[in-house]
This record gives sequence, C-alpha cells and structure tokens, in this order.
Amino acid sequence: MPVNMIVCCKQVPDPEAPPAVFKVVNNKMTLPPEVKPVIGQYEEFALEAALKIKDTAGGKITALSLGNNFVRDVIKKSLAVGADELILLEDKAFEDGDSWSTAVALAAAIKKIGAYDVIFCGRQSSDWDAGQVGLGIAETLGIPAVTLARKVEVSNGKAKVERVIPDGYQVIEVTLPAVIVVTSGIGALRYATLKGIMAAAKKQPVVWKPADIGTDASKLGAAGRRSRLDRLFQPVKESKCEIVGGDTAAESGAKLAVRLREAKLL
Amino acid sequence: MAEYKGVLVYGELAEGKLASVTTELLGCGRKLADELKEGLYCLLAGDRVGEASKEAIAFGADKVYAVEHPALKEYQADSYMQVAEKLAKDVSPRMILMGQTSMGRDLAPRLAFRLGTSVTTDCLNLSIDPATRLLVQTRPVYGGNAQAVFTGESMPQMVTVRAKTMSPLERDASRKGEVIPTKIDIDTSKVRTKIVETVKEEAVGIKLEDAPVIVSGGRGMGGPQPFQTILKELADLLHGAVGASRPPADNGWVPEHLHIGLTGKIVAPDIYIAVAISGASQHTAGCSGSKHIIAINKDPEANIFREAQFGVVGKYEEVLPAFTNKLKELLAA
Repeated sequence: MPVNMIVCCKQVPDPEAPPAVFKVVNNKMTLPPEVKPVIGQYEEFALEAALKIKDTAGGKITALSLGNNFVRDVIKKSLAVGADELILLEDKAFEDGDSWSTAVALAAAIKKIGAYDVIFCGRQSSDWDAGQVGLGIAETLGIPAVTLARKVEVSNGKAKVERVIPDGYQVIEVTLPAVIVVTSGIGALRYATLKGIMAAAKKQPVVWKPADIGTDASKLGAAGRRSRLDRLFQPVKESKCEIVGGDTAAESGAKLAVRLREAKLL
Repeated sequence: MAEYKGVLVYGELAEGKLASVTTELLGCGRKLADELKEGLYCLLAGDRVGEASKEAIAFGADKVYAVEHPALKEYQADSYMQVAEKLAKDVSPRMILMGQTSMGRDLAPRLAFRLGTSVTTDCLNLSIDPATRLLVQTRPVYGGNAQAVFTGESMPQMVTVRAKTMSPLERDASRKGEVIPTKIDIDTSKVRTKIVETVKEEAVGIKLEDAPVIVSGGRGMGGPQPFQTILKELADLLHGAVGASRPPADNGWVPEHLHIGLTGKIVAPDIYIAVAISGASQHTAGCSGSKHIIAINKDPEANIFREAQFGVVGKYEEVLPAFTNKLKELLAA
C-alpha cells in the first residue's frame, strides 16, 4: 500500500565548517559567506528513511521546510533525491522562532497537506540542537511519536521502528499516522541521480505564507516564542597543550609515553 | 491562576537503583530550591521504586512521589506521559528538571508541549535570577560552537540537564524526607506503541561510561580495522575502552554505542586519548569533562589540540605503535 510521507527539513549553516568560523556578533551567529547552507544532517537521514520506504512500499514524499530566504538549490536537494513535492513556509513572520512556534507552524501546514501516514523529522537541527520539533508536532496533532529511529518499515497501517537506546535498540510498533524522529544509522542520504537533478530543476516549490496555513503571525516565529533567548556567547578557551616532539613521528610517540609516565598520568 | 512552587526532579532508575544522573539533578535542584526557600520534590515512576525513593531522600529530596505500576516497568512515552502530566498538574512546581538521557530527550519535549510551556534541553548551567526568581538556563548550540542563555516566563520552567555536569550531594542516609506513595491510573488503551523486543548490543568488557581510560578514533582512522587492532591494543593495555567520534559510527566502522559526542555518549574518564580526531565541537561536547585529554593528529591546526593537555603531531600509524610499545616497556619496569 502506498505510504503518504512528509519530511521536515531545515536549511542550516554547514555544521561541518571548522569551529573557528563560527562567530557570535551582536548576539547572533554570524558566518562568513564561504560557509554554505545545507539541509541539516539529521533531516538528510529523515529523507533517506522516507526514500527507503518509497523504494519498497511506494508512496509520496512531501518535503516541508520553514524559514525565510531559502537558497533554492540547497532546499531543492530534497526533490533531486526523490521527494515528489516541496512546500516552503517562507516569510519574515517565520524567522527567529523557537521549538514551540516552529512546531505550531509545521503542524498547521501538515494539517493543510491533509493526507499523511508518516511524518519524518531529524532528531535535532544542526544549528539550535534542541531536539523538540518532531515531538512538538506529534503533540500538536495528537498523534504518536517514536524517536531515535535507525530503521523503519511500514505495513498494514503500522510502522515497525528500531529505536536506539543506550545499550542497544528496541523494536517498536506504532499505529499510523505517527511522527518518526530519525537518528544516524539509517544510512547516508543517497546521491541525486542526473535524472533526479533534471526533474528537480523543472519543479518549483510551493510557497505558503502565514495566511495559507490559517495561523496568525502573532503565533509564529519570534512573536510566538515561549522561551526567551537572552544571550548568545562563546566561552573563551585557553589552549595549554604541551606538544611532545621528536625527529620522527615514532620517536614523538615514544617520548609521549615517557612524558605521560613522568606526569604520572599513566 | 495556579501557584507554582518548588523544584520537581523527574528521576530515573537504572537497573532498579536510583540513576546517577538523578543524584546529579537532586544536587543541582537542592541548591535551586534552597535559594528559592522552597521544596525539592522527586518523581520516581517504575514497577518498583521503594529502595530508590529512600535513596532520593538521602541525596537531597524533601518529598518523593513514588508511582508504582506494572505498565511502568519499561519506558514508553504514552504511559509515562500520563504520570508526568498528572504529577506536574498536581504538584504545580515552579521548575521541572530532567536528565538529558534516553528518557528525558523523549519525554521532556512532549510534556512541555502538553503543558503549554517551553523546555530548554541539554543544559550545562542553571541559576536563579534573584530579581525575577526565574531559572536562567545555559546550553550549547551550533554543535557546541556557542552557548545560549535562555529564560522563559511560561510556567513551569522546564529543562533537561546534561549528565555529568552537576555534582550530587554527599549521600546522607539520616536526611529527613517523605516518601509519598502516589496512585496514578494508567489507561493502557491510550498507549499507541508496543515494544516488540529489546536487544542489547553493548560489547562485552568495560562500559564506555565507566572506563577510566578511553582510546578514541576519528574519521582519520580511515576504516574499521584500526579500531579492532591498534586502538584496542592500547585500550587493553590501559584497562580501558575503545570509543569513536561521529564519522566512524555514521560510516559503520564501529557500532553506534561507541559514538562519543553531542548526539552519542557523554563520557568523563581520567584519560581520554583522541587519535585522528579533529575535535569538532560536536565531538568535544561528549568528552570535554575528561580529566586529561591527549591528542594524536597529523594536522597541527586540529581543534583537538585546543582541548588537549598533551599532544603529538604525526600520523597515527607511526606515532601509536611506538607509543604503545614504549608504554608497555615502562609499565613492565
């Protein structure tokens, strides 16, 4: 039976950029232009989870994203790898939200989409790392959620999920519709095929404004926050590393052993 | 309007005993409650919580709400939420503290949305603003590349706290407190998930969280094999455990439970040897509590050298065998 899936994707600054380029200026994270935006790493896993189900059971994947000033080539990667449709909640009103106002807007958009069996989210965004939006959507829509999924199969109105726990995993069965929050282990997002890239180039994302999802701007973005961000800062770290050297790498290694014994560490 | 008073810790059990993260939360909660001159309460839910309830008092709680029910034997969100929501409404605390654990990550956001409040996850630091009596919450953001300070006026104020960042109080069995057996009906027809099976994957030998020495490898290891040979040899010599940063786990070189970092395990051994790990904030978030970090990396600019106390710049293939051999010799002497 074909499965209707929605995958929530966020456009974030590349989290793999070297730590030195992350600079807080006037209480905002500021990155140099050479750091390109990407789809968050866990949302990529969420996309892959949906694509694997589409491969086997068939179905439709709608990618859904919230923000403002999307870089089209970045966010359209979802289409290039195999999503059927891309909906952008794109407006100034969606900016600077917290987990609460983001989940409220995404849930309203999902209600408007209407037909869904599984909503996939990543375990946490690669910028704010809060790990709440998937669960917030489930609570807002009144549907169950399973978190930290590393394998998902769908059949007969149910999903079977491998959920990572600290010392292994659990196999959990959940009735659909449900939110499934994905972690690594599902497998890296597949590369887009040339055919996929060509097809994506022809498709335009659907853009929704606050009025399209029937939500007042006072409930969205910065205005709809329930937590207040007071300050963003970078703790100063003093490096005091003693580099142990030698004529060769092997000699350095041996000297390190001697030094650590001297320091009574080992 | 309801009155919000006191600090409520959502406790956890580990193999029937009070979890160490809960003792840390009680230590932190005690300070907050004393500053507010209000009570510290602890919720313990499970199939049997008697012993752990007394422990919670020894570690600082004034009142322990002990909820026992067969449906609480294993954590399932839909059953635990019924307890969490009912107790939050009955006790009406000013603050709710949970661990940033498998359970806390899953339960805290659900509860916050259910109660109409916000939760700040993975906090490293908590304090009270004396003027407003609000909880000031500090947590890492951008993969650990910055920290953010949050407050929120929606009540109760909720946080999850990273393990090993707060100190427990000294256990005091003579401490006075009250265990309140609390009956909460759980409607099992509302539980929409079923645990089909639970599979333990943890490797035999010493657990990462308990190991005094961890030898950890990163992307620069190049593949699965060195984790089983060169790193394992050193770990065995030092009676330690092998760990990894995120790329080896994502690439399947090591099982996920060896992953140390923001989204993996948080460890704090005496000695942490980081081999071919660049030291992205996402990784150091999981190991920066270690007493001594030692780094081996071929890139002198690698971020890990900012975290380390001792370091060697060089290819691990050359540095590590010489290091291990010399160490063997010195340890035998």
